[in-house]
Amino acid sequence: MVTSHSRPTGKKVLLMGTCLCDAFYDEAAKATVEVLEHLGVKVVFPEDQTCCGQPAFNSGDWKASRKVARHCAKVFAGDLPVIVPSGSCAAMNFHGNLLQFEEEPDPLVTSLANRTWEVMDFIYHGLGVKTWPGSFPEPLKIVFHRSCHSRGTQSAESTLALLESIGNASVMSIGQAEQCCGFGGTFSVTFPHISGRMGSLKLDHLLEMQPDVLVSGDMSCLMHLTGLARMQGRPISHMHAIQLLRKTIP
Amino acid sequence: MIGIQPIDQYARLIDDEKQASVIDGSSKGTEKRYHVLHEDYADPDAIRRLAGAIKDHTLHHLGDYLAQAEQAMMARGIHVHFAATDEEARQVILSILRSHEVKQLTKSKSMAAEEIHLNPFLIDNGVECLESDLGEFIIQLDGDEPSHIVKPIIHKNRREIANTLLREGIAEDYNDDPETITRRARVHLREKYMQAGACITGANFICADTGRLTLVTNEGNSRFGMAPTPVHIALVGIEKIIPQEKDLAVFLNLLGRSATGQQLTVYTEFINGPRAASQPDGPEHMHVVLMDNGRTDVLASNCREILRCIRCGACQNVCPVYRQASGHAYRSTYGGPVGAVLSPLLFGDKFSELADLPKASSLCGACNEVCPVDIPIPDLLLRLRNKAKQESVHSPANIPMAPFAHLATSPSFWRTAMTMSKAMNHLPIQVAPIKPLQDWLGQRTLPDSRGGEFRRWFKARSSS
Repeated sequence: MVTSHSRPTGKKVLLMGTCLCDAFYDEAAKATVEVLEHLGVKVVFPEDQTCCGQPAFNSGDWKASRKVARHCAKVFAGDLPVIVPSGSCAAMNFHGNLLQFEEEPDPLVTSLANRTWEVMDFIYHGLGVKTWPGSFPEPLKIVFHRSCHSRGTQSAESTLALLESIGNASVMSIGQAEQCCGFGGTFSVTFPHISGRMGSLKLDHLLEMQPDVLVSGDMSCLMHLTGLARMQGRPISHMHAIQLLRKTIP
Repeated sequence: MIGIQPIDQYARLIDDEKQASVIDGSSKGTEKRYHVLHEDYADPDAIRRLAGAIKDHTLHHLGDYLAQAEQAMMARGIHVHFAATDEEARQVILSILRSHEVKQLTKSKSMAAEEIHLNPFLIDNGVECLESDLGEFIIQLDGDEPSHIVKPIIHKNRREIANTLLREGIAEDYNDDPETITRRARVHLREKYMQAGACITGANFICADTGRLTLVTNEGNSRFGMAPTPVHIALVGIEKIIPQEKDLAVFLNLLGRSATGQQLTVYTEFINGPRAASQPDGPEHMHVVLMDNGRTDVLASNCREILRCIRCGACQNVCPVYRQASGHAYRSTYGGPVGAVLSPLLFGDKFSELADLPKASSLCGACNEVCPVDIPIPDLLLRLRNKAKQESVHSPANIPMAPFAHLATSPSFWRTAMTMSKAMNHLPIQVAPIKPLQDWLGQRTLPDSRGGEFRRWFKARSSS
């Protein structure tokens, strides 16, 4: 699928904040900025950004999603790396967009595809930070939900390697890690029963080892999972993986 | 109008026992597959990609390989028939049976035969047709439909099966011990094999270079079926051709492991053709019916990769939606992810009727990850969703996306909407009269809106 060798890297990047961080999870976007700056990277946030277009794309309305993708590609035009704190939105940029434009390739869209990095992958492969120079004051038990849209990329492995290298961190393995949390965007709306059952099964596996914190590379999975968990009376502390890195920076 | 999808409605009504059987059977399948592949191969993905490439190559030259296979089979004394449609396939098979005056036959498991509803057709035409695969045999006794590509009765537990045998008089008393069940079915079937005038099978592969058929089973039932009968008919989809016999090394190693977690199925038969003069038994007449039934249309579509499928069921086992919904939810011969792509395409005149199937996926991609021929199933599901949208197929659960696209291409509107979304924190949105929203919020809480917070923070620190 995507190899890091072909994508540009460097000390100046464009941040694609994602609509979910725009609406709910500003802390994840802030942590992305602060961690990158800590690593000496200058972060630019193009003001006109909105959404990657995935809701329309996944619904099959490619006319609508191509319109959004063109807007997105224009906002992030240029030659700088585009960093996304979401495996799903990143995959939309470098995979979904190529699919929906396969019959009418758009140079701006292709350029965005070739410059997009999920943030943990960027830190590990783009910046070459293979172990994280930091630690937690107290031991911390972490469960990591491998979000589905990072399949076939190096994001999950990068995230695990970085999290495991934090001092005092222990990342616990979970059963049936390959199973989806059941969010799937509009899927959770039109398949409410199946989506809820999938989420509950996932929670059973994630919470089995009584972790201190649940992390993922996608806030969408966490929104769904923790929303279910709260309703089921088993709330869990949760955050984006980048927020855990941020916690180690004084 | 936004509504609940049919497959979700079906899943809601499944009884707990059936649900447990499906989840248990499929989770075990996924686990066994993973272990056997990773124990035996350093890089199973490399083999999956190789197998996918061989299939892809074959599909690109399918006409040539079919012609080559036809010649090779004829040279072996096999009668080769081409059937363009399901009706043609049924009629060809019936006329072969009539010419040999066959009144009774046994049949081993074949998805192609399921696809054309061969059994009811033959029975209607006065041919007694007995399924010899244990699972299919139970299905036949129950008047049920298979719900899984390799495990047709994954939705049943052994108590139900024991009751079926008791009800049908095949067992004299209730006993749900799996070995006893198998032994009783075997005694019943053995007698039927000897009376059968023909045997119908499918085929897993036909090698174009030699014209030999490869057939795998775990019960040996197809061998048993062939040995005492004078006529063997194999019904085979045209996509089952592979170029060379040596390609079997790749496919057989993947098929058993992917399907049932076995290094190799218990029986692997290589069928040369009709019985040779030196052979003591076996059919004197052999017919191969190569069936199109919509496949060339699929080949011409933008979902042609689905024709690489070798019917292992690994995508079905791993699919979280299938696990919750069961195979019957897909309302067609093929269930799970492969069915969600193949069924609406193959039964092309029914596309609109089955256009909801490609939506039954969170697009998690687990199916692609386990596929032995590396079919990009999520991409195909997306293409079919787009096809449904383009063809304006009515679906009960289409969420209108034009307003979203408008908002997402108007940055200033977007920013205003984000800031305003904070007002939702103070509104009782869970009582808003929007059914899907109510459903969603009935199961989950929504985090508080913090719309525009990040932008404000970023701007403030850039200007300081």
